[in-house]
This record gives sequence, C-alpha cells and structure tokens, in this order.
Amino acid sequence: MISEVKIIAHNGKQFIPDVTKAVVPAPFRGKPEITAAPVDEAALVDLCPTGAIGRNPVSIDLGKCAFCGECALAFPEKIRFTNHHKISTNDRNSLIVRENDFSKIRVHPEKIREEIRDIFKRSLKLRQVSAGGDNSAEWELNASGNPNFDMGRFGIEFVASPRHADGIVITGPISENMAEALQVCYDAVPAPKIIILCGTDAISGGLFVDSPAVDRSFLKKYPIDLYIPGNPPHPLTIINGILDLVRNKNFKY
Amino acid sequence: MAKEIELIRIKNAQSIPFQDIPVLQYSDFKSNMLALAEDKNTHCVNYFGFRQNSDFQLIACMADDKTGDIAVLSHKIPVQQHPVLESLAQYYFPLHIFEREIHENCGIDFAGHPFQKPVRYPHERVDQNQEINNYPFYTIESEELHEVGVGPIHAGVIEPGHFRFICNGETVLHLEIQLGWQHRGIEKLFLQKDKLLQRNLLAENIAGDTAIGHSLAFAQLMESLGETTVSDQLHLERCIALELERIAINVGDISALCVDVAYNLGASVFSVLRTGIINFTQQWCGNRLGKGMIRTGGTNYRLTPELKTRVLEVLEDFEKRFVEMSHYTYKLPSVENRFDNIGIVTTRQAQLIGSVGMAARMTNLMRDIRKTHPFAGFAILPYEAIVLPKGDVFARFLLRRKELKKSIAWIREALKIMDFENLKPEPPKREVNLKPSAFSVSLTEGWRGEICHCAVTDENGKLAVYKIKDPSVHNWKSLELSLRNLEISDFPINNKSYNLSYCGHDL
Ligand code: SF4
Repeated sequence: MISEVKIIAHNGKQFIPDVTKAVVPAPFRGKPEITAAPVDEAALVDLCPTGAIGRNPVSIDLGKCAFCGECALAFPEKIRFTNHHKISTNDRNSLIVRENDFSKIRVHPEKIREEIRDIFKRSLKLRQVSAGGDNSAEWELNASGNPNFDMGRFGIEFVASPRHADGIVITGPISENMAEALQVCYDAVPAPKIIILCGTDAISGGLFVDSPAVDRSFLKKYPIDLYIPGNPPHPLTIINGILDLVRNKNFKY
Repeated sequence: MAKEIELIRIKNAQSIPFQDIPVLQYSDFKSNMLALAEDKNTHCVNYFGFRQNSDFQLIACMADDKTGDIAVLSHKIPVQQHPVLESLAQYYFPLHIFEREIHENCGIDFAGHPFQKPVRYPHERVDQNQEINNYPFYTIESEELHEVGVGPIHAGVIEPGHFRFICNGETVLHLEIQLGWQHRGIEKLFLQKDKLLQRNLLAENIAGDTAIGHSLAFAQLMESLGETTVSDQLHLERCIALELERIAINVGDISALCVDVAYNLGASVFSVLRTGIINFTQQWCGNRLGKGMIRTGGTNYRLTPELKTRVLEVLEDFEKRFVEMSHYTYKLPSVENRFDNIGIVTTRQAQLIGSVGMAARMTNLMRDIRKTHPFAGFAILPYEAIVLPKGDVFARFLLRRKELKKSIAWIREALKIMDFENLKPEPPKREVNLKPSAFSVSLTEGWRGEICHCAVTDENGKLAVYKIKDPSVHNWKSLELSLRNLEISDFPINNKSYNLSYCGHDL
C-alpha cells in the first residue's frame, strides 16, 4: 500500500489538463503550408507516393496524404509541415490545403447534421471497426483513452457492442473481406448515428485505394460526420476533432 | 536418405542470381527439406509459390540457427488442371501454414495435408467458391459440447478475426482461429506500385505496430538487391529505432495485461511509460510509431548528438519508474496467481508448430534473428538473447520485462560505440536499380519475432515476386494451443500475452 502511494507520487500528474490547448512538438507533421514559390510542379506531383498533391494551384489533400513528409524534404521552399495537429473536419473539401492558403482546418458547425447536433454533447459512445486497418490508427484510438489523453473525461468512450453505440469509427481502407461485417455492425447501431473515418486509409483508401481486395462501397451510402486525417492520426487530432463535432460551445465540463 | 545435392546457402540479406537456386525433383526436394528439418537448429523461415510462365515455382528458405546460413531450395510443377504434390507438413508440421497458402494462391493440392484450409481468402484465390463467411471449422459431435464464436469484430479497439471455441461447460477443448478479414492485397501492391517510396510506405503499413521491423526488412532487401550499402552508424541507428519499438510494445503489453487482471495502478503507470518512449520516437522522426524513420540506402532523420542526449535521459527516467512499478507488480499475488501455469505451451509443442520470437523464447526455444542471423546493428554489436522455461502467461509477461531491460542495455552500448563526432548526412536513395534475375531474403527480429521478406526480380530488374512473412503466421497456432483445457474466461489474458498481428498475417 505504502509502496503504491510512493509510485503514484513518483509518477506525478500525467494527464494533459487542457487537450484543446496542448501542443505537439516538432518535427511532428501536422498541417502543411504551401508557399507560392515556383518549383518543378510535375516533379513534385510525381514524388508523392499517394497522389495527394495536385497542381494549379499546388495543393495537398490531407485525406490522401500519408504524412511521410517527403515532399517537404525535397521542396522545402514550397512545402513545410507545421506541428499544428487540429486538422479534423466534417467537410471533405476542407482537407485540401492550397497554395498560399494558411487558414485553419476546422469542424464547420453549420455542416453538422441537424439530428445529431445536440444529442451527443454530454456522452458519445463509439463502436470501432477496423476494416483492413494496419493497427496504427487503432493504437492511437486506444491511446486517446489512456491516462495521458483521457478522452473518457469528456464522456467519449469506446463500447463493446454496436447496440450500445452512438456511431462507428472506421479505420483501414475497408477490405473486401470486412465489408459485410462493417455493414452488419453499422445496421446494429441505433439511430441517429454518426460515422467517423479515422486515418488516411479510411478517408481515401490511401495506398490501397486501387487494390481489388478493397471494397469502399459502404461509404457511398451514408453521410460522413467527421474526417480525422493522419497516418496514424495523433490522439490530440482525434480528441479535438470529436470534441469539436459534439461539443456545444457554451457547454462546461 | 537425402540425395547428395549441392544446396545453395546464403546469409541474411544476401542476394543471389535466381538461376543459382537449385530446382529439384519433388522427391529430392522432399528428402532435402526433411533432412534439413531433422536438425533442431534449422527452421523454415519462408516457403512460397508463384507462377512463372507455364510453371508454378516453389521456393523454400531453411535457416540454420547455428551457422547463420539460409539454405534455398526450389521445385517446379507445370500449371495444369489439378496439380497435386505430397504434403510435407505431414512430416514437418511447421510447413502446414505455407502449404495451405500455396494451395490457396496456386491451387496445388497437398495430398495428406492434415487440414488444407483457407488462410486468408485473398481476392485472387484460385477457388472463388471459398467464402470467408463459410470457413470449414473443426467440429466435435457431442450433445455435451457447445461452441462459442467470437468475431470478426471484437469487443475492444482491435483488429478483426474469428475465434471458434469448442467447450465442455467452461472448459475449452479446442480453439480454432480464422483470419483473412484484414486482407488488403499488399503483396500485389508491391509489384504494382513501382516507386521505391511507395513500396517503402507499403512496408510501413504491413503492420503499423511494427512499422520499423517491417520497413527495415524491406530496406535491407532493396539494399541487397540494389547493391547499396549504408554506414555502420546508420545500421546502429536503425536497430536503436527497432529496440525502441520493442520497448514501447513490451511496456504497453505489460500494461494491457494489468488491465485484464484489473490492476489499475500498473495499467496506468505502464501505459504512461509507453507514451514517453513513443513520444521520443516522434521527436526523432516526426511519427510516434516510427513511420518515416526507415528509408532505403540512407535516412532523413539522423540520430543527432542532441537526440542521443535526449534518448539517454528518456531511458533513464523510464527505467527508474519502470523498475519501481514492475518490482511491485510482478510480486503481487493477485497478478501472479492469475498468470501462473495458465496457457502453457511446451518446448516440444513450440518446436512442432514452428513458433518464433517471443512465443518460442518463452518455452525455452531459442529463436531470435538478432542472435542467430544478425542484421544491421546486431552484426556490429551482438545481442545476447534470452529464453524462459515455463511457456505460460507469466512467462510471456516476464519475458517482456526481461527483454525490455536488455533492449535498454543494448541501446546504451550502441550509443557508446557510435561516432557522433563525424556525423554526415546520408540521404536515402530516390530509386535503386535492382539486379536483374536475382533473389534475396531479408530477416529482422521484430517485437513479435522473425520477419521475413523475399523478392525475385525479372530479367529487366523489375520486382516479379514480393513475399512477406509476419511472425504471427506461425504464432497464432501457439495461442490456439495455449487455450486447451483452460477456462474460456482465460482467453483475454492469453490473447494479450501474445498480442499477435491480424493485418500482418492477412497482408
Ligand atoms: S507528405 Fe503527403 S503530400 Fe507530401 S509526399 Fe508524403 S504523402 Fe505526398
């Protein structure tokens, strides 16, 4: 008993008091910034392993980006990855970062679906479905609930059964072999329900998008409520994204 | 008796001309394979088949743990209606999973195979009538028994797999694990995506929790086929990254096991300790799981003198708190009682099923590529591997603690012999020209065990075959055996004590 008290004292307070203000130190790769500097755009586009970079003007689609950072290493005058981790959004187009556009990526309150706007603000229970995920986004979802990040304090938790859930969090590009199980799981969640796509693979298919072993037809059927980009997303990206989606600005915890 | 045939033996990450691999008659292939397998120090690290013009070619890699050699043997069988070969798994059981895979991918029937069942239901499986929802589970006819099916989706935030228990009351008589749900067709993508960076990223995504282990196996393979070398400094840096990955998982798994026996203090402290390690990895390469760290022929993230100082500080702080917490946890009767004598796998069983990595070492079976086929930094600074005798959950729990300390000690030694005075940038290769018509095999010891990547190039130096083996391919069987005669409620601690990969298996 005394030893345990000592251990607690030696480990001190570990939780992040305010997750909305926490900073992830560089060289963490968060939101990229693209300058107007002229570069060989064809070479830049060609370099990107996931086809995330577009031209005229140069842009990076964070839904496709694997955050490998290679574009910034090869063209430092053009692209820079900041440590800004709040990059979750409910608008797919907002994930496209354009040249000379330094605005923030955010959850747009007006785009939150009417039927979910108010009901999940005190408590949100989620069912996670890994469908071809590589266990990295799954790791970070688990980490979001650990003593450091402690997402549970906001009433956001993962539950064992879809019947107890208010929505699902999908990781992975959605393997053909998991497509049916994903559908069954989603159908078992009572309405109204939300869908969150966590990680590059889930949002766009990432490197797997043109694999015949992947079946993304599920996503065409339903509205997506939140995109959490990253490879894998940082726990703070996950928590802040979900909080921005469900939290009423005037609500105090 | 094996006919005297000159077998070709190579070292880890050594490439050879493809035609140097002897193509044997199946009778000779069999006798040579079995003769090699007779030696308890030899085990099969990979065995796979692929189509070459009008033939299926099978390649087996048998690693000798004493000499560090890897014998490579091959057999060819013409593509035909119903190709049949005698199953060698009847005589050398570790081949069971490889033969099943070859059957699934090439359609070759292995006559006499104990259970030639699907492995992962790949998109281009030969028998399209096989459906993932209709797996031929083993059953026992009895009025007294019942079956429990779990998955593919599990209770926690975890990957999918289906577990089928046959129980007598609370007691599990048999567990069978069906995988394949995570199949993304990654091996095919290695051939389709022809840029080095794309392939490198694929390697990081084979199993994201083993990003370093798999991408290092990939980088070594490309370097061996592309005749590229890297500095000793980088060899050591890579292994430091690998050991950090191992430390993070080991402490995370210790935490997870504490969760399952409801020891909350241990669960919290060990989990927080993991955060410190992966946050250092992020400070080093920008990603908590080490994605971006390993590149072919160089690195974007040199371990600078500042990072060296930092990692030493991180490890010192980690060790202090880890030792204090583990000293207490490992003596707690409530923890010990729960893990002791539960889920035992014997040395003989591990040997028989071909366990690798920790799943082998916890049963006294030495399987550790760091020691037996040293790669990268372990060829410069040897690693002294350890084994434990008991093979139960507690052994797996304890081995993590012991290996974690070993990893820390190895990193400290490595940092001492590294040269931080004359650090030069060593940028990665944008592309490498692979040798034409060549073969290579690359082994690393990831935290789960041996990772094996093999590649064959065509006459233009293009990748023709890319074959990945995650250690879980062998070790899932060990979890099945662990559950025999246990209560079904012991499943979670057994499962966590192994922490095997689904996506690494399903590919
Ligand atoms: S960081 Fe993103 S945009 Fe840049 S090269 Fe990598 S995947 Fe492409």
